[in-house]
Amino acid sequence: MVMLPDKIAAWFTGRGWSAHPHQLTMLQQADTPALLLVAPTGGGKTLAGFLPTLAELADNPAPGLHTLYISPLKALAADIKRNLTTPVQQIDLPIRIEDRTGDTSYTQRRRQRADPPHILLTTPESLALLLSYEDAGRTFAGLSRVIVDEIHALAESKRGDQLMLALSRLSALAPGVRRVGLSATVEDPAAIGRFLAPHPEPCHIVSADPGPDPDIRMLDTPDPPPWAGGGGRYAIPTVLTEIRRHRTTLIFHNTRAQAELFFRDLWLANDEGLPIAIHHGSLAREQRQKVEAAMVAGELRAIVCTGTLDLGIDWGDVDLVIQVGAPKNVKRLVQRIGRANHRYNAPSKALLVPANRFEVVECIAALEAAKAHDLDGDPRGPGPRDVLVQHILAMAAAGPIDADALFAEIRTAAPYAALTRADFDACLDFAANGGYALKAYDRYQRLVQKGGLWQLRDPRTAQRIRMNLGTIIGTETVKVRLRGRGGQPLGEVEEGFAATLTPGDTFLMGGEVVRYESLREMTVEVSRNRGGEPKIAAFNGTKFATSTQLSQRILRMFQQKSWPNLPDHTAEWLMLQREVSKLPEPDRLLVETFPHDGREHLVAYGFAGRNAQQTLGLLLTHRMEVQGLNPLGFVATDYATLIWGLDRVDTPAPLFAPDDLREGLETWLHGNAVMKRTFRNSAIIVGLIDRNTPGKRKTGRQATFSSDILYDTLRKYDPDHLLMQITREEALKGLVDFGRIEEMLARINGRIDHKALTRVTPLAAPLFLEPGRIPIKGAGQERILADTAARLMEEAGLA
Amino acid sequence: MNGHEFTLAGARLTALPSGALWWGARRMLVVSDLHLGKSDRAARRTGALLPPYETEDTLARLDADIAALAPASLLCLGDSFDDLAAADALSEAHLLWLARMMAGRRWLWVEGNHDPGPLTLGGTHLAEHREGDLTFRHIAETDATGEVSGHYHPKARVAASIVRPCFLADERRVILPSYGTYTGGLDCRSGPLAEVMGPDAIALLVGPKVTPVPMPRAQSVGKSSTAS
Repeated sequence: MVMLPDKIAAWFTGRGWSAHPHQLTMLQQADTPALLLVAPTGGGKTLAGFLPTLAELADNPAPGLHTLYISPLKALAADIKRNLTTPVQQIDLPIRIEDRTGDTSYTQRRRQRADPPHILLTTPESLALLLSYEDAGRTFAGLSRVIVDEIHALAESKRGDQLMLALSRLSALAPGVRRVGLSATVEDPAAIGRFLAPHPEPCHIVSADPGPDPDIRMLDTPDPPPWAGGGGRYAIPTVLTEIRRHRTTLIFHNTRAQAELFFRDLWLANDEGLPIAIHHGSLAREQRQKVEAAMVAGELRAIVCTGTLDLGIDWGDVDLVIQVGAPKNVKRLVQRIGRANHRYNAPSKALLVPANRFEVVECIAALEAAKAHDLDGDPRGPGPRDVLVQHILAMAAAGPIDADALFAEIRTAAPYAALTRADFDACLDFAANGGYALKAYDRYQRLVQKGGLWQLRDPRTAQRIRMNLGTIIGTETVKVRLRGRGGQPLGEVEEGFAATLTPGDTFLMGGEVVRYESLREMTVEVSRNRGGEPKIAAFNGTKFATSTQLSQRILRMFQQKSWPNLPDHTAEWLMLQREVSKLPEPDRLLVETFPHDGREHLVAYGFAGRNAQQTLGLLLTHRMEVQGLNPLGFVATDYATLIWGLDRVDTPAPLFAPDDLREGLETWLHGNAVMKRTFRNSAIIVGLIDRNTPGKRKTGRQATFSSDILYDTLRKYDPDHLLMQITREEALKGLVDFGRIEEMLARINGRIDHKALTRVTPLAAPLFLEPGRIPIKGAGQERILADTAARLMEEAGLA
Repeated sequence: MNGHEFTLAGARLTALPSGALWWGARRMLVVSDLHLGKSDRAARRTGALLPPYETEDTLARLDADIAALAPASLLCLGDSFDDLAAADALSEAHLLWLARMMAGRRWLWVEGNHDPGPLTLGGTHLAEHREGDLTFRHIAETDATGEVSGHYHPKARVAASIVRPCFLADERRVILPSYGTYTGGLDCRSGPLAEVMGPDAIALLVGPKVTPVPMPRAQSVGKSSTAS
């Protein structure tokens, strides 16, 4: 057991603080090999994680790495560095603390490998990179503790699988290294514990007092939310009043585009010139750092932000959190609320601002769930093989591999505990020679066997492997900067968006309106356009899916005779929907059809979650295409799928015949865009196609060909290839989610209500503003192309 | 055949949905930028192990065009191979396949920047080829007329979601899309294509059938578009 050294204890006393019980427990349990702390936000979780390290390093620490701290966010690593450096300096501890992320300079990173600090703060991706260097053994030799912060968030994604593989290597390089996980309140702490501990070792779980319930309400505004749309800009006057009433307010948005639009209008309404800033992941690093510094210095009254500030960041005096738009997921809501009032045992204060009437319902459902501590969560399956391939390649970059030893090591990572030797060998085969049925690459194998060990044929390949490490696959982006020599970088936009711009178009970037001038060397050059109206929103951000639990709550809420728990405007809206059409019921499927804007529309309210609704869209449009109904596209949300096309659907019920839907999944779904997107993500993770690192992009004529071509080729010539297997697995659990379609079909059991209407219904209206519309490349598109082409030719006098 | 007919220097030409060009009067089929052996070259040079099936796929599509049209001459407009070593590395089966397609017709290899110099394959090797009033070369030359070329792999965007490989044609020249399976494309609004094509150029989009549109242009600054 480690005691709190006197000088640390004195520092606590000097500030009138006393350690929380769970912080002392962590100290007492310091020698436990695997330890998980579950504590609410604001419970001093991070300090609890670091106290044993500070205690162990308090007197004359030996040089070398003692504790590795891993967080899901770069900003969090930088934040922890600040928060930890202050007490370390004040107590005068001889401890060196450094962070290392993608933002760390090259010279700094080199030095860190040769001469590591006592405490290194980093991200899963930077750790994977460190482990891919030949000198990883030396860097991590003396490592004593690993702290994984916000492990509940990492455990939900491939980043967590990658991290657990990295920890399996760390345990091999530094036997006896202790693992500590820090988690927010979750529905199943034991599952997180199993995820963290080396398999099959146990994990000891410490649970902190959950603290008082948060003070969380919906924002009262004089104007009701709009019928449709996102962004919550109607609420700006009331939001400004709240900002004035509080020290610092965080205003969360679900997408970057919404954050930009809101920020701009908030600024226009900000007559007093209150210091308000914007922070999101698409802004240039310089911009973000400026905002972060101003926030730490207490200079800001409000920050408009997105998920970049979502996790555990403790910046100064935030005393109010405003969530704009439905939170989609109760766990995330509870997390965000925790940003306010970072004092233990004081309730945190939050306001929800629904962006439209549907979100009012969703917000109320989420509020009730949060109050009932009804957290949502779905268990994850075993670790995916694309991440495994990447790990094998990274290990080969670090040095020759012994296949048996690596297999044994990988099986200590919980997500890969059940990995079979055959699956491992297939991944190794892919890493070595591409794993194709046609053995064309014997001459150019990437890995060759020498003396029983696998090593890189060409050592220069290591560079390419390192460049492609990581499991976060964003959309392709291009940089945006001001025109002129040395123009200031502003951030980035999606490549697809950049491609649609013509000079003179204006859009929002970092809160200002900019005007597109040109695309030069894969950088969008813009000029400032003060006072101009932005014509186009800049980018899609992350799209969250509403959890099953929340969807079910909403359906149940619809069945109430009246809605005293909802604001009048929303209750009236639902009543109107009930009058002109009907409200969806838990055990029936509502299908509406109506014309709008020259196209025929069909809406299916399946409430099956965004991914399943999207798959439903693909399956339905395919059947419509076969029936000659000329569908043109669809968009899916968590609760409905909207399809538009050239022809009206008179009898929709047969479209939902379960056997036909299942057959569609088997026979043709594999040719569609969702599968291709899934394939692309895995192809990047395994390093088949290069990640687009800024500056490394091929320019000009040799434009990269699309991964769709690789998918089509493999499907035709090598359908059982490892990457095709991975794609099918990923699609079934992730983007395709046919399981929830089956669930819905069982729930409705053929009970379909068709409402043929003459205009858009109240419930359908928000669907028209959803981003992520998916075009159908069928007969309908050919017809539109022919019409458009004919019109263009005529206008140009060429017809 | 779902193609689009147009006239260049008095010759009636047909742009085919496959991306090949058909000169009916001479029974001549023209394809450009096959880039055979692209995965082989990538493996050799960068260690990227792409699915090694693109040569198979490109030859199969070429075979289908040949079967449908029975051309008397076949002209490959350069960059037929991703590099000369890739040409040498062709498998026995693919060499036989090529030989079978070459049998009984004139076969012309115009060289490109990826495959300069002689090939060890049959057929005639040329820096460029003249026939009637037409000149066939890999890269378009500014002052040429009656010119058929490739090289740029042009693509055009018509609506936000429709981007396709295309032929570019004006009264002086036609530029072919790339025919190879693993080939990217260059947006025809970008520099070199915008400069080399005349103001009345049209883009012929390949797909289920060939669709003509005015060649999309990057609009000049100041003339802002409202239709975005």
